[in-house]
Formats: sequence, structure tokens, C-alpha cells
Amino acid sequence: MNQVVEPNAVRAAADRYRAGVMPYKQMGYWEPEYVPAETDVLAMFRITPQEGVDAEEAAAAVAGESSTATWTVVWTDRLTACERYRAKAYRVDPVPNTGPGTSSPQQYFAYIAYDLDLFEEGSIANLTASIIGNVFGFKAVKTLRLEDMRIPVAYLKTFQGPPTGIVVERERLDKFGRPLLGATTKPKLGLSGKNYGRVVYEALKGGLDFVKDDENINSQPFMHWRDRFLFVMEAVNRASAETGEVKGHYLNVTAGTMEDMYERAEFAKELGSCIVMIDLVIGYTAIQSMAKWARRNDMIVHLHRAGHSTYTRQKTHGVSFRVISKWMRMAGVDHIHAGTVVGKLEGDPNVVRGVYDTLREPHTPVDLQHGLFFDQPWAGLRKVMPVASGGIHAGQMHQLLSYLGEDVVLQFGGGTIGHPMGIQAGASANRVALEAMVLARNEGRDIWNEGPQILDTAARSCIPLKAALDTWKDITFDYASTDTVDYVATPTAV
Amino acid sequence: MSTPNGMRITQGTFSFLPPLTDGQIAAQIDYALSQGWALSVEYTDDPHPRNVYWEMWGQPLFDLRDAAGVMAEVKACRAAYPRHYIKVNAFDSTHTWETVRLSFIVNRPELEPGFVLERQEIAGRAQRYSIRGYATQRPGGERY
Repeated sequence: MNQVVEPNAVRAAADRYRAGVMPYKQMGYWEPEYVPAETDVLAMFRITPQEGVDAEEAAAAVAGESSTATWTVVWTDRLTACERYRAKAYRVDPVPNTGPGTSSPQQYFAYIAYDLDLFEEGSIANLTASIIGNVFGFKAVKTLRLEDMRIPVAYLKTFQGPPTGIVVERERLDKFGRPLLGATTKPKLGLSGKNYGRVVYEALKGGLDFVKDDENINSQPFMHWRDRFLFVMEAVNRASAETGEVKGHYLNVTAGTMEDMYERAEFAKELGSCIVMIDLVIGYTAIQSMAKWARRNDMIVHLHRAGHSTYTRQKTHGVSFRVISKWMRMAGVDHIHAGTVVGKLEGDPNVVRGVYDTLREPHTPVDLQHGLFFDQPWAGLRKVMPVASGGIHAGQMHQLLSYLGEDVVLQFGGGTIGHPMGIQAGASANRVALEAMVLARNEGRDIWNEGPQILDTAARSCIPLKAALDTWKDITFDYASTDTVDYVATPTAV
Repeated sequence: MSTPNGMRITQGTFSFLPPLTDGQIAAQIDYALSQGWALSVEYTDDPHPRNVYWEMWGQPLFDLRDAAGVMAEVKACRAAYPRHYIKVNAFDSTHTWETVRLSFIVNRPELEPGFVLERQEIAGRAQRYSIRGYATQRPGGERY
């Protein structure tokens, strides 16, 4: 490649602030000797520079455009502590398997440090307006992806985080030692409130812990929200009385305005629901508002990640889902859909593992194989319960438990409602399969290899499980993942 | 879940499986011990889904090496309360957990009459729901 290599930062003030255009590197946005402070926000971007733009200049440009820079030199910088406020690109690595001799243009991983004072406390909106603001449309880079971030403890402590968290959710539900079970009501659109509640009742009575509104069930002509809430809560309470268990239904309070959302959430609370649901498309500020409402009102918040694949799925451009997960743990949700590995939706095992760790662990060390490029202590922010949903069934129980562990909600929508013997039978099949697998795992059995036998044995005393296995035994979704991890096999500096 | 003899309360980690044998219970206790968790036995004749405080059968058992000690407590509790609900809890004191990690029923009455759902009609079309156990209408000790 014919790249113009620019010299590093211009230090002399007379040269640095002379009117005109200057490469970002020379403006001070590339500082390879910079050692990030413990309080810096760190970001790692995957950059594909335009032809003729060298990697360091591209990284500097990203640092500049996501912090203080504009396209030309401005003397007003000198009225500020500008050297502190400039983001600093401090490291650039070529991405393995890109560039000459491969099918994709050369890409780089660029590490950028931001001073803590660049950000308002407790605001995902402010954080993201910088980090993924103008910079993603910037012409000097062909494509740009935010791969990972390190949020300093000092900044984490300004966020409420999950209103409930895994521990308190389990204590409220009195459910321990196994994944929770859920299902999304199907068909997701068109049922009347009364018919909708029927599906909820059958599934909960049959053995599920939760049933769920789908992302686009809000308040449509066939079922207005109050009608849905009333019928659903009848179903939830009936099922609880029939089983002696705490049951719940994620009532989706997503609406056009915050006022409408608060009204729906208040009604859910009045009716005794233990959980409400929101969609990612409501935006970061609305999510933080609902998180605060939920903390005040002892409510679990379920987040459906509607819309995320528009920017998380492609490796070269957008924001990785592990970053979205970090932001959501800060913003404060209790549940988030985070991939199944084995189901119908995108999910490379390594990427999913990195996301699950990000949501559940008190501290995630660097783990390049899982896409975790930074050491991240979570500073006491509660654990988010990941939700696995989309094309999963009882026959995969050993794989699900092995990949995802036990602090997860497994949601079998079609796998419950599409059961040949009915919804209750579908729910019971899933619950029996789950409990049998946890029992066997705890007994020390090798469930990865013996899983199918364990299920067959459990099915001998459970006809619904036998029917489920017969129906879906061979259903798999074996496509290559789009979003996989690329990494250099050397540890990162920070 | 409904059964021909009333219902079956499905609280706890393994209530959808056939009743665990003592061998199976001991294996779960061994698993809990291998994780470094403390074990405790609790019993009640008020299995309301929101009754979080079952009676403690003695103190939680810390620092055990094998399941025998817990099994002895389970058996003693069963002998004292043969028709009560009895569960084994495993408690994890690790930072950021500090809660129960496994909890399963090891004894239950032969006949489980279950719960009635009571409704009080309030404003709009809403109901105020409460769940009441049929058995708990009698005083403690005379319920099952």
C-alpha cells in the first residue's frame, strides 16, 4: 500500500495552532508512549482506513473526532486544558487475517484513551454521544467498529446498574440452582387479550417460570395494553395458585413516550406483576429512566434487544454486542437477550461466552479468545441475567446448560407452544428435561456426551418429554457465524 | 402441577422429577459441598409461594466433608415432621453471591390440597388477588 507516513505530534505552540488543516496525528491524538490512567475510559476500535490513510493517522482521527477535534485547527483550544481533553490513540495492531493476500482490506485494532472529565456522570447518552457519535460517519475511515471498552471503576460508580440483579431476582422468585424457563407468546401479533392470557396460563401452569410479550407487542388494534395486562395477570395468579410457585410475565411497557411507559409500568405494578419489559429501541435514556423507576418500585426489568443486529452483527462496522452488554449493565437492566449458541439466531460460542461473562461476572479479565480486550472490574454493579431465546428446544438441554451455565433464562417459545400435546405438555417437557440435566450434571455426569441418554431416561417417566424429543430431535441451525472474534495471540497492555 | 390427588407443589430445583431417593439427595449434597457451600435443612406446613421463612432445622452446617451429616439431619427432620414440607438449601458465601445456590424438596405430605386464588374486584376491571393454602386454614401442626 502507498501510505503517507506523517510525523508524530507537533509540540511547538506556534506551529501547532497555526490556522489551517493538520493531520490528526500531528494535532496530538496519536501518543504511542501514553500510559492510560486507571480513571481513563478506554475504547478499542476496528478500523478499515481509506486508501492512503496510514493506520496511526486513522486511529488518531477516530480519537480526535470522538473527543475534541474538528476538521481544522482552532485557536480556542488554547482556552482549555486541551491536552487533557484530547483522546489519545496509544496503540494500533493489524487485525490478523486481513490485508494483502486475504479477502478483506487491511484492518487495524486501535486503542484509544479518554480522560474521565470528558463524560457526564451516570449518562450512557453522554458516553455514547462521544464514543459512537460523529466518528462513525467520518470519511477518513471506510468502516469502523467499536469492539470493546474498559469503563473505569470511578465512572461505573456513577451508574445505578441493574435494579434487581440475578441474586435478588432469585431470592424474590425463590428459584435456585437451575436456569429459569420462559417462552414468548405466539403468534406474537394478532391474539386478543383473552386468548393471549390463555397461552400464558397454560405455559406457566405446565412448568415455566416466565412467559414473555414479544418486542412488538405494545398496544395494537387487536389487543390494547390494558386488556393484555388484565388477562395476563389473571393467568399469572391462577398459575401461581395451581403450582405453589412464584410466576411472572414480562409485560412490555414500550410505548411512544416516557409518559405512556410510566403509565403502563404503574399499572403493571398495581396489578402485582413482578416484572416489566422494555425494548432496546426506546433508547439509552429511556432505559435508564425505567431502571430508576424499577429500583423505586421493586420491579425486575427485562430488556429485549430489538434492533441490535442492525449494528452488532457485521464485523467491520458498528458496535459489538459485548459493548452493548456493558452499557446495559451500567444503564440498569435485569434481563437481556444475549444469544443461545445453538438456536436460530447469530451466536458464535466464543462471542456469546464473552457477552455472558460481561453480564454475570464481578470482574472480567482480558480474554482475547472471548473478545474481551480489557480487564474490567464491575465495581459492585449487580449481575444481569442473560436470556437465551430463539429456536431452542428440549433436545438441546445438555448443550444449553454446558454453554450457558445455570444463571440464564432459557426461552422455548415454539418449543413450548408448538408441542404436539399442547402448551402445558410443552412446558412440562422443558422443565423435566432441565431438572434432569441439572441433577445429572451435579451428580458428576458428563452431560455434554451423555446428554441424549439422560434425556431419553427422563422421557421414560414423562410422555410430554418423549413427544418433544421425537418432534424436534434433529432440528439444528448449523450456519457459520458472521460475528466471530479476531485476536492477536499476545496479551494487551491494559 | 395437578395430580389425581389434588396438586403437587413444584417449588425447589427438582420438583418435576420423581421424588429423589436418599442416594440422589446425598449426591446433590456432595455436589454442594464440592462447591464450598454450606447446607441447611428447613421445614414448614405453610408452603405458600411467598413464605420465604421456613422453620430452620437447627443451624446451617458449615465445613462438612461428606453428605452423611446432612443426611442424618434430613432423616431426623423427616422423623419429627413426616407430613411437612422439608427442603435442603445450599448457601454460597462467595462475594457477590451470598445467597442460596441450590434448594430442593426432600419430603412432602402425601396429600397436597393446594391453594385457592381469591379475587377482590377493584376499580376498573382489575382484581386484587391473594393465594391461600387450603391446609393453612387450620392451625400449625394440624395442617397435613
